[in-house]
Amino acid sequence: MEQKNNTLLFYTLLYFVFLYLPVLFLPLFSFNDSNFMSFPLSGFTTEHYEEMWKSTNLHKALWASVKVGVVASVVSTTIALFAAKAFARYKFRGENISYGAIMMPFLIPEIILAVSILVIWLSLGFKLGLVPVTLGHILFCTPFAMLILIARIEGFDFSLEEASRDLGENAWGTFYRVSLPLYLPGIIASLLLSFIISFDEFILAFFLTGSDATLPMYMWGQMRFIQKLPHVLALGAVIIVFTTLIVLLAFWLRNLGQGKDKADFGIKIHE
Amino acid sequence: MLQAVQKFYAKSESVRAYTMLSPALILIILLMLIPMILMLSFSFFTQISFVEIDYTFTIQRYIDFFQKNLLVTLLIKSVKISFLVTLVTLLTAYPVCYYIAFYVKKNKMLWLVMLTLPFWTSYLLRVFSWKIILGTKGVINSSLITAGLLSEPLTFLMYSETAVIITLTHAYAAFALLPLYVSLEKIDFSLIEAGRDLGLSRLEVFWKITFPLSMPGVIGAILIIFIPTVGDYVTPALLGGTDGRMLSNMIQAYFGKINNIPLGAASATIMLFTVAVVTMVVSYTTKKLTQRIS
Repeated sequence: MEQKNNTLLFYTLLYFVFLYLPVLFLPLFSFNDSNFMSFPLSGFTTEHYEEMWKSTNLHKALWASVKVGVVASVVSTTIALFAAKAFARYKFRGENISYGAIMMPFLIPEIILAVSILVIWLSLGFKLGLVPVTLGHILFCTPFAMLILIARIEGFDFSLEEASRDLGENAWGTFYRVSLPLYLPGIIASLLLSFIISFDEFILAFFLTGSDATLPMYMWGQMRFIQKLPHVLALGAVIIVFTTLIVLLAFWLRNLGQGKDKADFGIKIHE
Repeated sequence: MLQAVQKFYAKSESVRAYTMLSPALILIILLMLIPMILMLSFSFFTQISFVEIDYTFTIQRYIDFFQKNLLVTLLIKSVKISFLVTLVTLLTAYPVCYYIAFYVKKNKMLWLVMLTLPFWTSYLLRVFSWKIILGTKGVINSSLITAGLLSEPLTFLMYSETAVIITLTHAYAAFALLPLYVSLEKIDFSLIEAGRDLGLSRLEVFWKITFPLSMPGVIGAILIIFIPTVGDYVTPALLGGTDGRMLSNMIQAYFGKINNIPLGAASATIMLFTVAVVTMVVSYTTKKLTQRIS
């Protein structure tokens, strides 16, 4: 360990300001009594929040995003759980290639995934809407969910499962009574983080929603009109608070019951 | 018979592994591989009218791409912007990771969670917040005018390549912080101490020991920042103006209001090819470089 270094500490704190300050302007201006986001602040108001609350389109978009997010996070976490278990438990031929293939959606520019799904969806003669968006989100969330789950399952004592099998429990019983309770913090962390990824996702939704807007699409539409901006700010502030709480909960769960040295920040880089 | 199958199943780890992997692999094949192959084949077709497409094979779309100055310029600009973003993000994030890995003693976890937290808030909102900061009537301009330091707003802040680079550096910070921290944290500190005991200066220790050992993190960061930024759509659309437009904005237009799906598909394919080439070049040169240093 190094001793002290105040220059480096100062720089690090400055970097934190760079990371956080821009995001904090949203809640600040959401309470400002003006249509322009500029200094000096003109007065305190909660009017933008009331306006936001009244918008029926917003409620529709919120509901659409929640539906997509719940389905995408449940399906991708389920798929990722099996995959993560396979990678953590077994050594097999083609392990690296399979791993690379499943991580691919993370390594390809998202716009390419979006237009590819768009082309096949229209070629099949289907209508755009929340279904292709959900499918796209499942594809996009699975690698994230798998990284989180592998970090949890790795180092898991598989002899516990074998013991359960030897004591006469069947495969489902073993999973339900032994593995699931131990994986549960990881599974919930994965569900929460996948939900957040889907909830905030813009590009896939932008190409695939058609007329059923998700929340980010709704915000995108509002950002074009100056007089609508303050209520986008109010909505943005609410979203920031809400996602921050969910992510902190996920991080906390993710590290629950892990040794101090094993605890990390939710995503583990696989080698 | 059934018993034989069961026995085979229980014995072979590969079979069991692939059974568990099959949902994920099917997902990749159905939603990524097949759609991408279809998109690739569309790049060899021709759009004849707004709704009609001629399905005879032609490489004309690729010729179109390279004959349109605009598209080639945008491709080069996208690569240039991503390159600069990658460089700036790495240079600014490295000291922070170095500090946390080697100087912070208590609650490292908390520092890391705090560093990655902004990354989880909506990407769209993070980009939008830079619009509030850099805009003509935004935070910087209005503060400077109120303070009497400016009489006219600075217009170069908004709708420019610089705006795009600053915003992307902020948006992709976590992609550099995570791999860099992981690789620095792994370094055995006694190697650094040994270097110092042998009389190397601090700079030499960093250049000959710490930096080469953190190379895996650097490579990882380069790739996971460069790849998504080449294809970024939101930032150039919100903050780029005409000066900061990137290839994605044209791809979107071809699939949207211009409605030339084959040319859009060809542009997307060229983008993917560029990403693949950069990935290979980066992995190859860094590998050679680390071999030479160590």
